[in-house]
Amino acid sequence: MTELLQQLINGLALGAIYALIALGYTMVYGVLRFINFAHSDIFMVGAFAGYYLSRVAPQASVTAGVFVLLGSMAICALLGVIIEKLAYRPLRGRSTLTALITAIGVSLLLQNLGQRVFGANPKSFPVLFPQHYFQFDSGLVIASTQILVFVVTIVLLFSLRHIVLKTRIGTAMRALSFNPTAASLVGVNNDRVISFTFALGSALAAAGGILYASNYPSIDPLMGTLPGLKAFVAAVLGGIGNIAGAAVGGLVLGLVETTVVALGGSTYRDAVAFAVLILILLLRPNGLLGKRQAEKV
Amino acid sequence: MVAAAAQGRLMGALLELSDCTLRFGGLTAVGNLSASVGERSLMALIGPNGAGKTSVFNLITGVYRPTAGEIRFCGQSLVGLKPFQITKLGIARTFQNIRLFPSLSVFDNVRVAFHLHLKHHSVSSLTRLPSFHAEEREIANRTTELLEIFDLARVRDEPAKSLPYGNQRRLEIVRALATQPKLLLLDEPAAGMNPTEKIELTRLIRAVQERFAISILLVEHDMQVVMNICERIVVIDHGVKIAEGTPAEVRANPQVIEAYLGEEVPAAAVTG
Amino acid sequence: MLPRSQLALLGALAGIAVVSFFSGSYDPYFLDVAVSCGINITLAVSLNLINGYTGQFSLGHAGFMGVGAYVAAMLTTAASATLLPLLGGQHWLLFAVALLAGGLGAALAGLIVGVPSLRLKGDYLAIVTLGFGEIIRVVLQNIDAVGGPRGLIGIPAYANLFWAFGLAAVAVYVVWTMVNSTYGRGFIAVADDEIAAEAMGINTTRYKITAFLVGAFFAGLAGGVYAHFKQYIAPQGFGFDRSIEIVVMVILGGMGNTTGVIAAAILLTVLGEWLRQFGDFRMILYSLLIIVLMILRPQGLFTWSLPQRKAG
Repeated sequence: MTELLQQLINGLALGAIYALIALGYTMVYGVLRFINFAHSDIFMVGAFAGYYLSRVAPQASVTAGVFVLLGSMAICALLGVIIEKLAYRPLRGRSTLTALITAIGVSLLLQNLGQRVFGANPKSFPVLFPQHYFQFDSGLVIASTQILVFVVTIVLLFSLRHIVLKTRIGTAMRALSFNPTAASLVGVNNDRVISFTFALGSALAAAGGILYASNYPSIDPLMGTLPGLKAFVAAVLGGIGNIAGAAVGGLVLGLVETTVVALGGSTYRDAVAFAVLILILLLRPNGLLGKRQAEKV
Repeated sequence: MVAAAAQGRLMGALLELSDCTLRFGGLTAVGNLSASVGERSLMALIGPNGAGKTSVFNLITGVYRPTAGEIRFCGQSLVGLKPFQITKLGIARTFQNIRLFPSLSVFDNVRVAFHLHLKHHSVSSLTRLPSFHAEEREIANRTTELLEIFDLARVRDEPAKSLPYGNQRRLEIVRALATQPKLLLLDEPAAGMNPTEKIELTRLIRAVQERFAISILLVEHDMQVVMNICERIVVIDHGVKIAEGTPAEVRANPQVIEAYLGEEVPAAAVTG
Repeated sequence: MLPRSQLALLGALAGIAVVSFFSGSYDPYFLDVAVSCGINITLAVSLNLINGYTGQFSLGHAGFMGVGAYVAAMLTTAASATLLPLLGGQHWLLFAVALLAGGLGAALAGLIVGVPSLRLKGDYLAIVTLGFGEIIRVVLQNIDAVGGPRGLIGIPAYANLFWAFGLAAVAVYVVWTMVNSTYGRGFIAVADDEIAAEAMGINTTRYKITAFLVGAFFAGLAGGVYAHFKQYIAPQGFGFDRSIEIVVMVILGGMGNTTGVIAAAILLTVLGEWLRQFGDFRMILYSLLIIVLMILRPQGLFTWSLPQRKAG
């Protein structure tokens, strides 16, 4: 029983991080019908931003932690906006393959610049928030970093929900995702909304990066690939373009992955995501919460 | 005209829809539709916007599978067959929003539609035996022939997308004819055409039907075009058949007039 | 009298044989680059059939190359003791058999990837093929019998200029003759508009599978030549990075433009070598190249019209 609970907590903590990253993929896909391959590398930049910012902040306090988190989110939000403006905006309206390849190019650029600037060797991520391990008599252990993940994720998810449902720009985002032409006809500034979407998604990825690095404290310029891919699978699992779906997908994937490892298949933990992806695309390509999109003949 | 239609009926239906229903979740796009198209006949399927006309085409050509009912072509059931298999049986179509192959030239757009009747396939393209070349030549000749009939031979090497709209529609018809169908489905062939082009199209459709001895089923909004060429008309509204008969019969049908009220009333209906 | 295309092929092979004969007197570095060019031409042209002509975004081509490389290498190393005597001790025959086996293995992989991918389009298809490519790499990494992550060493140096360019010539011949026939126009029709193609009686499923099979087959052959050229292979060399390299060649050359793709393969191989002097900067420049290319000239360097299809 304890074992089950432990795995549940581990799985949810991992899944929450996937969810945060997945939200970025899904929101951008929602407004642009485009898979931002470089998103995983923004996650990486977030972790590194946290690393460098922490040098400025005093060690391990709540204020330091919040400062680093928000700072990193801001930096990545800006990065996301810049990338969109320089690399993706010129391609609006062109074929999806063109955009996909460009995104791959941006991803490679970020990775290689990262290796150049940060150095290819892994760095040790500092402790940002006061660390503590909560041990229960049953043997259950919960790390404060895991609690951090839950708290931050919940706060961010509710904030996102508020933005998307209750603010003007959130409504504009939803309008854009339904019908870009109609949206611009009713006065939505598509460019601005898209920039905002990228900023939002990138900020969430940064948060994901910080949380991930807090739980797995070794960071390197290529760290984004695997979590990014898994988060993408989570987004597809939940129904790409669907925000609630990204959250659900993330949690489900986290749980599935943890279960597989617990059952002894740790060498194949990464393959789990691929397997899920292929299964989902073959059986239910619109994901758990997505709707069927039929082509008009 | 009536006698010819009656004769078409007597020869046995080419295409027969029996109680065809198509449902998407809660929406019934086509409801219990029964109709038949005879051999060598010119028929039209008309109805107000959103009546389900293109859905009927999609049912016949296998893009959609009927939720209930039967569709038979030359006695054979089409339900469950894939579109290319249905084309193989002898039904070809054009599309409401033109679907030419933009990367291919005018010539190749038609040539590729001869694919069905090719004796040679992948390996033969590699070995390039004399019989391969002979067949390629034959197909090239027949393609050129078809293009010449429709006065498109001069632009044969142009990319299909560079043709003016009216020519693109004609090209789509030519391409469909290359599959050597017994039944040709035309989805709003007159859409977007000016009056001169429409007269030309009317002439063309009649000529095609005669020359190739096929049946043509037309979905069309333009009543002049419909009344001028078709022997029989089926009218549907909200997926259900509301009338069937000769142009004269349909014109006078009160239900048809009512269905079109609020829309462009068929000019011919006013004069009776 | 043979048709023109076959005469051209035979002529090319003869020419390559002659040039290859004098390999000993060429600068070894030049030879190196040349063989790489030949291998890359085969890879790019075979991918072009899948991506360019048939419009199926495949991002896992390196996986097929890997399968071919490993199968061929295993036959010429581990299995050579049994096989060589059966083939009369002829090494070139062993190589040919190994290559073929590699190609067939890769074709099988192509089938496994192609079939499930049939109803996917655009981005989704790209991601799934990417996933399959990575799965192949992970599987190879986990098979100790072929060396696991450390790779396979001691592969005999059977490959030379003739094999590399001869294979390229055959690949070009196959793809070109297949596509330039009435049958072959079907590939492009499938890429342009699947629904219209089906309506014209084209069995789109069969075309897509054929493209994957043939494309994968040649990628496998290229992998076999690669293995016997470098004499060492490892799973990491057949992953996403390699797949992207090949994709960029196809895009640079213009999707569905065989001559363009050949030129692009050569250009990028040489460029890659030239960039090596910049060390770390090589990949940075390469990724910038990709971005700039897609923004300024997505139709490639050698095609004049913009890509027509809006996929996905």
